[in-house]
Order: sequence, then structure tokens, then C-alpha cells
Amino acid sequence: MPLLTAIIFLIACNNNNNKETKEVSSSNEATTNAGQASVKDDASMKDIVKVAVGSADHTTLVKALQQAELVDVLANPGPFTVFAPTNEAFDKLPNGELDELMKAEKKADLQNILQYHVTTSALKVDFFKDGQTIGMVNGDKITVSIKDGKVILNNSATIVASVQASNGMVHIIDGVLLPPSKK
Amino acid sequence: MKNFLNLILLITIVAGFLWTGCKPRGAQSAISGDAAQKTYVAPGKYDEFYDFVSGGFSGQMSVYGLPSGRLFRVIPVFSVDPEKGYGYSEETKAMLNTSHGFVPWDDLHHIALSETDGIQDGRWVFGNGNNTPRIARVDLKTFRTAEIIEIPNSAGNHSSPFITQNSEYVVAGTRFSIPMDNANGDVPINTYKQNFKGTVSFIHVDTSGRMNIAFQILLPGVNFDLARAGKGKSHGWVFFSCYNSERANTLLEVNASQKDKDFILCVNWKKAEEYLKAGKAQKRDVAYAHNIYDENKHMATSTIEKEVLMLDPKDCPDMVYFMPCPKSPHGCDTDPTGEYIVGSGKLAAVIPVFSFTKIQKAIADKNYDGDYEGIPVLKYEAVLHGEVQKPGLGPLHTEFDANGNAYTSFFVSSEIVKWRLSDLQVLDRVPTYYSIGHLSVPGGPTRKPWGKYVIAYNKITKDRYLPTGPELAQSAQLYDISGDKMKLILDFPTIGEPHYAEAIPAKLIMKNSQKIYRIEDNQNPWVAKGDNYARVERKGNEIHAYITSIRSHFTPDNIEGVKMGDIVYFHVTNLEQDWDIPHGFAIKGANNGELLVMPGETQTLKWVPEKPGVYPFYCTDFCSALHQEMQGYIRVSVAGSNVPLTFSTGKTEPGPIAEYK
Repeated sequence: MPLLTAIIFLIACNNNNNKETKEVSSSNEATTNAGQASVKDDASMKDIVKVAVGSADHTTLVKALQQAELVDVLANPGPFTVFAPTNEAFDKLPNGELDELMKAEKKADLQNILQYHVTTSALKVDFFKDGQTIGMVNGDKITVSIKDGKVILNNSATIVASVQASNGMVHIIDGVLLPPSKK
Repeated sequence: MKNFLNLILLITIVAGFLWTGCKPRGAQSAISGDAAQKTYVAPGKYDEFYDFVSGGFSGQMSVYGLPSGRLFRVIPVFSVDPEKGYGYSEETKAMLNTSHGFVPWDDLHHIALSETDGIQDGRWVFGNGNNTPRIARVDLKTFRTAEIIEIPNSAGNHSSPFITQNSEYVVAGTRFSIPMDNANGDVPINTYKQNFKGTVSFIHVDTSGRMNIAFQILLPGVNFDLARAGKGKSHGWVFFSCYNSERANTLLEVNASQKDKDFILCVNWKKAEEYLKAGKAQKRDVAYAHNIYDENKHMATSTIEKEVLMLDPKDCPDMVYFMPCPKSPHGCDTDPTGEYIVGSGKLAAVIPVFSFTKIQKAIADKNYDGDYEGIPVLKYEAVLHGEVQKPGLGPLHTEFDANGNAYTSFFVSSEIVKWRLSDLQVLDRVPTYYSIGHLSVPGGPTRKPWGKYVIAYNKITKDRYLPTGPELAQSAQLYDISGDKMKLILDFPTIGEPHYAEAIPAKLIMKNSQKIYRIEDNQNPWVAKGDNYARVERKGNEIHAYITSIRSHFTPDNIEGVKMGDIVYFHVTNLEQDWDIPHGFAIKGANNGELLVMPGETQTLKWVPEKPGVYPFYCTDFCSALHQEMQGYIRVSVAGSNVPLTFSTGKTEPGPIAEYK
């Protein structure tokens, strides 16, 4: 009998506690609770994501970054160097390959390819030297060559322009870099 | 039957025990069941109010969110702050300069938010330096101390920095009366009554926020304690509480508590302005520092000013009056309408409430009770609206809501008492834990109280938090005042000792908050506006290293050719133009602290090498994925070494080996 009483009272206590904590204050303005790419900030220099989003030549890249869930990553403090293939560069891929990569079940492959375009440090264009290799975020390396003053990556993509972003460098390239296993 | 009764008894005991076990005990019984709901601000949500809280003996000001009680920032004001580099960088040292030289630590008691038409406007917050008398202005775009002005002819700047309704003036009344600065101060202390004087100062604030001491008023040698400006109908007046009308110079604990009544000083500052214009003020030779932080140069300057204008009531009739107030008044608070002035005698059994209308009538009728040192004393009964009878013990401060209610703190009886201004009836009382000093209602000192909460700032915490040795957490307590009864809903710890605080709706400040300093606006003479401008130069025995930092390296990061006897200045420019990306700078063995540099800013660290060798330096603020790589070396050679001055980033060729003579 005493045991039963104790149980009843314990239950009563628990009920009270639940009542006290389950409701949530609702009066305060909220942040979005989304990732860093959603931070509202018009005062700072554009980060890599904003540079890409602001470029008409990179709509394919932006869609691919969204599909690969790399948008918030590239809004992180970094620092990053991103080799950013243009829409035309993506168009040069074999027919149907990009559509294939954009499928949900191919997300890991898409991530691998996109991460092969990113390295963590902000490298200006005058940093690159002929014969240099650079480790990329996906774990593979690219090889740099210099021909006629132009910086060429993996003998397949040329840097055509460079943009300073708040969290690193964006080098626009005219070809998509494919990791070694995909060659 | 007996067994059955025993069983019943046992059940009752167990039940009783369990009931007590789950019921909040002791002090906590005052907490209402929805307290958590009312104070919980979910992750990613914002608080409704900023709360600017004095840091007391820390000399700083802190910023909390309400209702959560979360600490956002400590703003360094009157003390050096290693967390911000304030007082350590060459650029900020001048902010703490005074006529006495560099003062690294002061005591900040009171807060005044800027107002327009008696309503908080969110431009600036002022704080008082209590020990070495100063007033500081903090810019609420940057949450940085923008200006500090020293107050001459003052000691213990307690009665400060209370503000007028359009931020025309902040005031500063001296706590200690003293021989005036230009008099011979080498006098026996017991000649107090002949040689010691008090002053109140009116510091004008212009539309840009810039302060200057417009005038001081020379007053009898009492102790000025607190003040409030009139508002609405009483705009143009400031009321200062004062104690020690006995003018004791020793054991004030006893000797300043002899008289039944001390005073509230009523100053007609519009009249004072007329006298000032009419040339009635005398120039007094003084010396006081005026320190200004230039947001474009990222650099403070300190100027010693030499003159102040003094108005003497002898030459300026109808400018100041004394109003009797029982027993060492402390708080002296004007209600939102400006009609009532509430005096809180620390030792008084009543709270007197004065009527501005009656004060004006008494002045017009010359209804005086004699004079005090030549200043008319208004007749107590003639200016009194009424007294709150037996409100509690040790009344200190009063704030107001928008509904005609007053909230008074009681130190001795550790409680807040809510009472009605119209009929002076006590409506409610709640305990505080323990020994409350100041209290604050958001907007409480203005024409437009926002209400909702009253916050208690306590002097004693004893058993309220986990113990931390002899020094315990300082404490604030949040009470919900939206209903008839005050309800305790949160305890939160504060930095230093919280004296006064003011809360303001977040929306009045957050939209103006600055994110970065634009590098193109940087006018620091030591700036390097890009890594191509980074360099190291020798000027005699001074080495100036213009260093840039950007994720994730310094330029230059290898420096050689420094010799013993050199003084090295590291001028570090943060090239980032990205919100929330400061860089730090620290070098091994530096006796002068470190730097923290905001985006677009330049700050300088002075370093005197102690012996030849290689000294590493690095970034102290986690800036990026390669923060740990953000480092460099500086090589120091013997005096007379032939190592040339060189600097580089990314070079790997070996430098020369030193030839030792």
C-alpha cells in the first residue's frame, strides 16, 4: 500500500514537471536556423557562394552545389580556393552525364567531383607554378601547368578569370575537372 | 485495528514526505510554474530586449539579452580588457588617459541610454567612471567606447551620468566634496566646512554625440549621490539627491546621519544656460582629459583641456533650490509624466513623493524654510505630494511602468515594493535574493516605459548559485510585472557588481549594428591596405612592421634584421571584409599583451625584444580551417649585427648567418 502511494505521487510530480517545460516562448524574432549561406549580410564582401550565385555563367555549378549539399560548406570561413567551371564547361561533359550525376542516388559521385574543385587555402593566381600538384578536398590531387602565361589544370581546364571572395578565391575555369578514378 | 491505524499513519508520512519532495522548497516557492516558458529563448531566436548593465568595480559595461539573461558582450570602458586588446594596443591606450596619467581600472556604476523626446533612441549609452571622475559614451553601432571626458572639481563621480530628455546633457555630481582643483588643496581635513566644496557638472552632448563640459555649478560641501532629469512638464530641471548636509569629514556612517532631513537639489538648467549666455560664469583653471576614439583612424587621442566655466549660485538667483528629504536620500527618480520626484532616504521610514507643480508654486510664493549656505530651502510640506507609509526598510531606487505604478528597491528588507503614484498605496511586494541595490524596468526612467519586467540587481548572493570560493557570482533577477502581482521568473549572474542597468527593445539597436570596418575608409597612419603594402621599415632604432592578416596567413610572416636595442611596432591590419572574422596577434614573451583586430581595422602592438633569438607569433582568434597555420617568426640579432632587415611570405631561401662581433 505505501509503495502504491509513492508511485502515485511520483507520477504526479512527473506530470507537473512536464507541464512546466514543454511550452516554448514564441514572442521573439527568429533567425532562419538554416546554414551559414542563409546569413543576411549586405555589408561584407561576397563569399564564394554569393559570387557563384551572382554569376550568370555558373547556374549549373550552383545547382550542382545545391544538389551536393555543399552550399553551406562554401559559406564557411574557409579559406577556400574554388575552381569554378562555367555552364559551357559543364556542357562539354559527355551527353547525359550531368543529368545522371544530379540524380539522388549519385549524390556521392557528384560530391566527389565538386570537392575535387576545392582546396582549403586561398590561392591567388600568381601562386601557381608549372608542375605543381595541389591536394583537393576530395583527397585527390590536381596538376598545374603554365603555358603562355595561362594556368592550366590537369591539362584540361584553363583559368579564364579570378574573383576574390570574402572566404577565399574563385578561379573560373573552362573545363570540368574529373577525379582520377573517373578518368 | 491498531495495525490498520499504523498503516494509515505510515501512508500519511510517506505521502507527506513525497509531497514535500516534489514541491519547490523554501525560496523557490516564489517561482511560478510558467517561469521557464517566459524566459526560454529557443536556439536561433532573439531576445526581446538588450540589457546594458554596469560592471561595478570591473569598470566595464555588459550586455545581456532579456528575458533569457544570456551574456552577449562585455564592453570595455574604464578598465583594460585583455579580451578586446582595449588599453593594450597603442591605438586604445589613450582612452584610459586622465589628468593623472594612464588609469587601468576604474569603477562604473550607472548607465544612461540616449533619448529623444524622453524616449530611448538607441544611439549611445553613457557610463560613469566613479573613482577618477569621468563620463564615457559608447556608440551602439559598434558597441565600443567612443569618447571619455574627465570631470574636474569632482571626486567620486557617483551622481552620474543621468541624461536629459533630448540628450542635451548628461550630468555629473561629485560624491566627495573637496578643495577645488585650482585652490590650495594642502589644508587640514578638519577645515572641511571652510575649504571643501561640491559641484555638479552639465556635460553637453551634441548631435554627433560629442561631449563637452558646458558648465559646473559651485555648491556647498555636501555629498551628491544620484540624480534624474525632469521630463515632460519638468524638462529643463535636474534633481540631485545629496547627503551629509552635516558636512562631516570623518565617520560619515554616524556623523552624516544626524539630521532628520538632507536635501534634493533642484537645478533649473535652462536658467543656468541663460546665466551662461549672460557671461555670469567664471573661468576656472583646471586640467582634465578628453579622449576620443576615431572610427576611421581606429585610434584614440587624448587632449588635456585647461578650463571650465563655473556658475556660482550667489551670482545666479533662481537657478538652484534645496528640497528637504528625509534621512540621507539615495535614489531621486522622476516618474514618466515628470510630475513626481521620488526620494529614497536610505534610513527613512517613508518614501516622500514630491510634486513638480508644487515645487514651482513654492518657488513662486517664496515658500522657503530659510536657506542652506545661501541657497533657498523649499518648505517640505509645500512641495510634498505625499509619503508612502511604511513601505519597507532601506529604500534605494524607484522605477516606473506605463500604468502609474512605481517599483522601489529595499536593501535592508531585500524586496521590491510596487506602489501607486496617485494614492501612494502599496500594491504588492516580492522578496529578492538578496539585498537588492538598483532595479530597472525597461524604459523605466523615460517618458515611455516599455514595462513587462523589473530586474533586481542584488548585492549579496550567498547560497543562490554553486559556490565559487570566497567571491561569489554577482546576480540579477528577472520579475514578470505584466500582471497585478510581480513574479520571479529568472536568476542570472552578471560580471563585476551590477549597479544601475537600462534595458531597451532590441529592434531599436540591432538594425544599426555595424558588421565590418570598410578597409577603404581606414585612415590609420600605419595601415597596409593590401598585402602588397605589407613591409618592414627601420627608423633609427624603431622597427615598424606593417603586417596584414587574411585567412590564413600574415604578410610578412618571416622578419629578420631586428637588433637588440630596437623597439618593434607591429601594425597589424586585418584585410578581411567579412562579418565576424577578427584576427588576433600574439608574440612570445610580449610584456604588453596581444592584439585583436576587427575586419578592416589596424591595431599596433609595441614590443621590446629581451634577447637575441627567434620569436614566434600567431593568430589568436580562430579565424578559419587553417587558423593553426596562421603564424610567423621574427629573428632578433645582437646589437651591431650585420643581418639586413628583410621580410617575406612564402620564400624559402636561407637568410644570412649572423656574424657576432
